[in-house]
Amino acid sequence: MEKFKKIIGIAAPFTRINVDTDLIIPAESLKTISRKGLGKDLFSYIRFNEDGSENKKFILNQPHYKSSQILVTGKNFGCGSSREHAVWALKDFGIKCLIGTEFADIFYNNCFKNGVLPIILKNNQIENIIKIISLAKTSELEIDLENQSIKTKTGKNIGFDILPYLKNNLLEGIDDISKTLEKKKLIDEFEIKIGKHYPWLNKKNG
Amino acid sequence: MSENISPKTLFDKIWNNHVIDNIDENNSLLYIDLHLVHEVTSPQAFEGLRLTKRKVRQPDKTYAVPDHNVPTLNRNKIEDELSKKQLAALEKNTKDFNISYFPIGDVRQGIVHIIGPEQGLTQPGMTIVCGDSHTSTHGAFGALAFGIGTSEVEHVLATQTLMQKPAKNMRINLNGKMQIGITAKDLILGLIGKIGTAGGTGHVIEYSGDAIKNLSMEGRMTICNMSIEAGARAGLIAPDETTFNYINGRNFAPKKDWNEALKFWKSLPSDEGAKYDSEEILEVDKLEPQVTWGTSPQDVCSIKGEVPDPNSEKDLNKKQSIINSLNYMGLKPGTKMEDIKLDQVFIGSCTNSRIEDLRAAADIVKGKNVKTKAMVVPGSGLVRQQAEKEGLDKIFKEAGFEWRESGCSMCLAMNADKLKPGERCASTSNRNFEGRQGKGGRTHLVSPIMAAAAAISGHLTDVRQFI
Ligand code: SF4
Repeated sequence: MEKFKKIIGIAAPFTRINVDTDLIIPAESLKTISRKGLGKDLFSYIRFNEDGSENKKFILNQPHYKSSQILVTGKNFGCGSSREHAVWALKDFGIKCLIGTEFADIFYNNCFKNGVLPIILKNNQIENIIKIISLAKTSELEIDLENQSIKTKTGKNIGFDILPYLKNNLLEGIDDISKTLEKKKLIDEFEIKIGKHYPWLNKKNG
Repeated sequence: MSENISPKTLFDKIWNNHVIDNIDENNSLLYIDLHLVHEVTSPQAFEGLRLTKRKVRQPDKTYAVPDHNVPTLNRNKIEDELSKKQLAALEKNTKDFNISYFPIGDVRQGIVHIIGPEQGLTQPGMTIVCGDSHTSTHGAFGALAFGIGTSEVEHVLATQTLMQKPAKNMRINLNGKMQIGITAKDLILGLIGKIGTAGGTGHVIEYSGDAIKNLSMEGRMTICNMSIEAGARAGLIAPDETTFNYINGRNFAPKKDWNEALKFWKSLPSDEGAKYDSEEILEVDKLEPQVTWGTSPQDVCSIKGEVPDPNSEKDLNKKQSIINSLNYMGLKPGTKMEDIKLDQVFIGSCTNSRIEDLRAAADIVKGKNVKTKAMVVPGSGLVRQQAEKEGLDKIFKEAGFEWRESGCSMCLAMNADKLKPGERCASTSNRNFEGRQGKGGRTHLVSPIMAAAAAISGHLTDVRQFI
């Protein structure tokens, strides 16, 4: 996985609440066996009109926010389905960081597996950021994961919390599986133990 | 296995039983007892295994079934090229990695969360995962079951473990006696209406109280299924005689170890005095049949209610969200829910397509005729077979329902079963998100008997007049 250190990029305000993963990427687009290429279908139900043309009102279609790397979201973003395709689509589109008051659990986890940083802030902090980035000339943010800070064009510096191991995984671009496989011996021992205590679990057909 | 004697919740017990290693206070390596796999969220995970030359650690604890993409008519010929490719990939992956597979055409095929319990694979005290958020369904058996993303699917395939942050404990007491015409679906919709779609975020919800005690396993599965719609990581219900009776004799249920298993299962319910991080109470006595009016499961009201007025909402974000919902749903504030006309009725999905659901719906439609397009999609081949044995298929067909083969179908519209833009549907599924049942489609979530009543009335209606 690629490492996440620091990004400087345009941040788009998308404050709708309860944005579900069906809205981020509809089921129709899940018929793929690849992780790539989903960016074109990101938010497709609201990004495009019936005839396939762009919905000019949608934030990511506005010329200034087309190249956004950061999305500032409403409450409970990413709720609904577990589809990691939602994160793949965001990433493929170019979004590397999300800022919101609250993310749905599975979506939040999925972000970290793909080098996307979800930042949780308080309501008033989000409202402040939205005010700032809504103006084109101050829409750029600097996200510094190492120092856990967000810098705005207006000179504000906002700190954020993140669990140390999640931070570390992003900074190092760590592949969880190889890390877990280092614990093979522990897993082996654990399996012997369950075999003894819960023998019915290890049998096909009871 | 823990030495600590302070009272524990059901969740704590299962968690402690499965921790292989505590990496730090926010991160534990957890053993996974059962991994269910379907065609949509797994291909990239198997691809990852191939690229890194890794194997599936425990093929015997992994079961795969195609459900999201499968046609519910003409099963032998899959028209959609992309669906065909995804289904072929699952078949190949299960062969290459030696995983048990219930293909189309096998009577055991069905929606992944229906077949786990049906086969007796789902048992109390287990950890169960699947690349699907409605894995929470299996919590009805007192198993810790939750949905994971594809990267985690790959992790479980390769290691039979998962890195997890401990969840918080929430208990929800559902007290009282449900009135006639009220089902498990109404309980969970009513509850989500109360706590909201983020009400359970970061928590595992344990449902208790006499309303839960008195529910069948089918009803309990409906409740736990929609825990994810309340934002919870998982739902849990303590195993009891109802649970044990359901499991006994099923294909993969313990046989020679039955008594030993039973003894263990009986040790699982939360201890007296166990602490919860939060608690909620829902009195069910006065609950009426529930129906959604908007595009989130929390947009719900009684069938006797009306479409809300955004102007009476003070919170600006919420007000905007109501405006958006009504706009999408094509509804006017103040409209009586019972006056909302329908184009279609869908009875199916992992929430409500078990035999009990079909029996209850058939009871309502018996001898009547549908006034909308309507279809029944049984949750599995075995549910379908059982229903046909009981003659339910005839009742549905005579009333004008289509009787289909099993799969996810119009719950998420990945196969050919879709709403057209603007079409309005009463559905027994779990999500009324924009476009969930087809682009531009409008969904009203209801119980199976409410769906049945809607089909024979042509509009949303109170099922109690037909009981
Ligand atoms: S029936 Fe619907 S909710 Fe259930 S697994 Fe299938 S798509 Fe998901």
